[in-house]
Amino acid sequence: MKEKVVEAIGLKKSFGDLHVLKGVDLDLHRGETVVILGKSGAGKSVFIKIMVGLLTQDSGVMRVLGQDVEKLKTKALNALRLKIGFSFQNSALYDSMTVKENLEFPLVRNIKNLSRKEKDLKIEEMLDSVGLPQTINQMPSELSGGQKKRIGVARTLILNPEIMLYDEPTAGLDPITCMDINNLINEVQERYRTSSIVITHDLTCAKVTGDRMAVLLDGQFRSKGSFQEVFSKAEDEQVKSFYDYNFIES
Amino acid sequence: MAEEADDRKPLLSKKIDKFFKGLADAWNFVRRYFQEVFMPPFEFKELIHQCYRIGVESLPLISLTGFIVGIVFTNQSRPSLSEFGASSWLPSLISIAVVRAMGPLVTALIAAGKVGSSIGAEIGSMKVTEQIDAMEVSATNPFKFLVVTRVTATTIMIPLLVMYTDFVALMGSFLNVNANEMVSLTTFFFQVFESITFLDIWSSVLKSILFGFTIGIVGCYKGYNSTKGTEGVGRAANSAVVISMFLIFIEELLALQIVNAIRNM
Repeated sequence: MKEKVVEAIGLKKSFGDLHVLKGVDLDLHRGETVVILGKSGAGKSVFIKIMVGLLTQDSGVMRVLGQDVEKLKTKALNALRLKIGFSFQNSALYDSMTVKENLEFPLVRNIKNLSRKEKDLKIEEMLDSVGLPQTINQMPSELSGGQKKRIGVARTLILNPEIMLYDEPTAGLDPITCMDINNLINEVQERYRTSSIVITHDLTCAKVTGDRMAVLLDGQFRSKGSFQEVFSKAEDEQVKSFYDYNFIES
Repeated sequence: MAEEADDRKPLLSKKIDKFFKGLADAWNFVRRYFQEVFMPPFEFKELIHQCYRIGVESLPLISLTGFIVGIVFTNQSRPSLSEFGASSWLPSLISIAVVRAMGPLVTALIAAGKVGSSIGAEIGSMKVTEQIDAMEVSATNPFKFLVVTRVTATTIMIPLLVMYTDFVALMGSFLNVNANEMVSLTTFFFQVFESITFLDIWSSVLKSILFGFTIGIVGCYKGYNSTKGTEGVGRAANSAVVISMFLIFIEELLALQIVNAIRNM
């Protein structure tokens, strides 16, 4: 069995009376991709936000690369964050900066003593890897939804993360662009040898990118396993209905 | 840290509880600014960028407003002074009014509208589109990059804009006085500098620093704590303007009492 890079044990999180996570457990092993499926508002994004310390759990343990995230001080938490790439649902590109400045932002703040030439080379390499070298001087407002997602991925990859987190990578995109993004997730996995968690409710994305699935319903992982294991023999009505309402190519 | 819901039971009524919680949050926000402003790393490049945006980009509006204020105030004051045959006192009256009150107040109110709303809306939209979270997960302190730079920039630039407004308003006043009373530039400014004291200038500068800080901190606080999507961004921008204008008037009133007390000592 490969090394565990993420380990969530009995994770609970509530917002007022709304109990989002009711004691969930999940492991992510080095080099694999786990897809977390679930309805909107099920707590999928909350789970990965706890991983990077954007939210704190009410109880339970979230261990990332062997470190208990909740117990980390700011400096150690920031060091850990550099090993995690977070691709946001709406890409979260900085509106007031060009694509180049967006990519440069984490680079100049976290890697000291880089020459101008080295920075430019790194940025060009990242833009090439997502297939968008021509957008370097464009503003985020000039990019399409799919291009924004790709630039968002490039910005997270620039710090060579060990773990990639994709929050709804195909949300709001047309089917062809969705496929491009799915392929990009697989390419990133192969080229940069990352371990990934993909949050989605798009079963095509789950099937194409995931090694394992975990279906989050009513605050708990109701079903875990490969795509076939989770959906072909699904007995849980909600898991079944989740499959039935998605179009899947056989 | 992202905002988390508070599930504690309200101590008093919900509204009063919310008000005091808001005050405590605002106080913590101000305290955090003072903790972070002197701590490295310093975002000098962003600070200069913000100074340019707040200062240079406000110049056309400030120039026009200051100039018009100078002309209008001179025109409105002339009949009253002429009644007593004291129209030669116009430069003195205008200089005292502009330097002591109108310059700082007009500049601060315009900046609250232009700069405060833009800061509130910009940071608010960054919040709701997760750009602030994106900064945080890339190991950058968003408070330092967004809040410290903007608040420091308004605190530096508003006093400079006030001095500029004072000058432009006095020039507007001079044109009016020159056209009606045939007073030369040298005579006009001789009377101006004879009327204003060291205390007037210092109180105006200190007051402007306070106004600048207020505009920056209120805009940033409202933006940083905006919720509920685009509707929240609009609300953040709106309340940034309303609250900072309200606070500016309160500060003006307090400053007036303090300066008068010093003057009477």
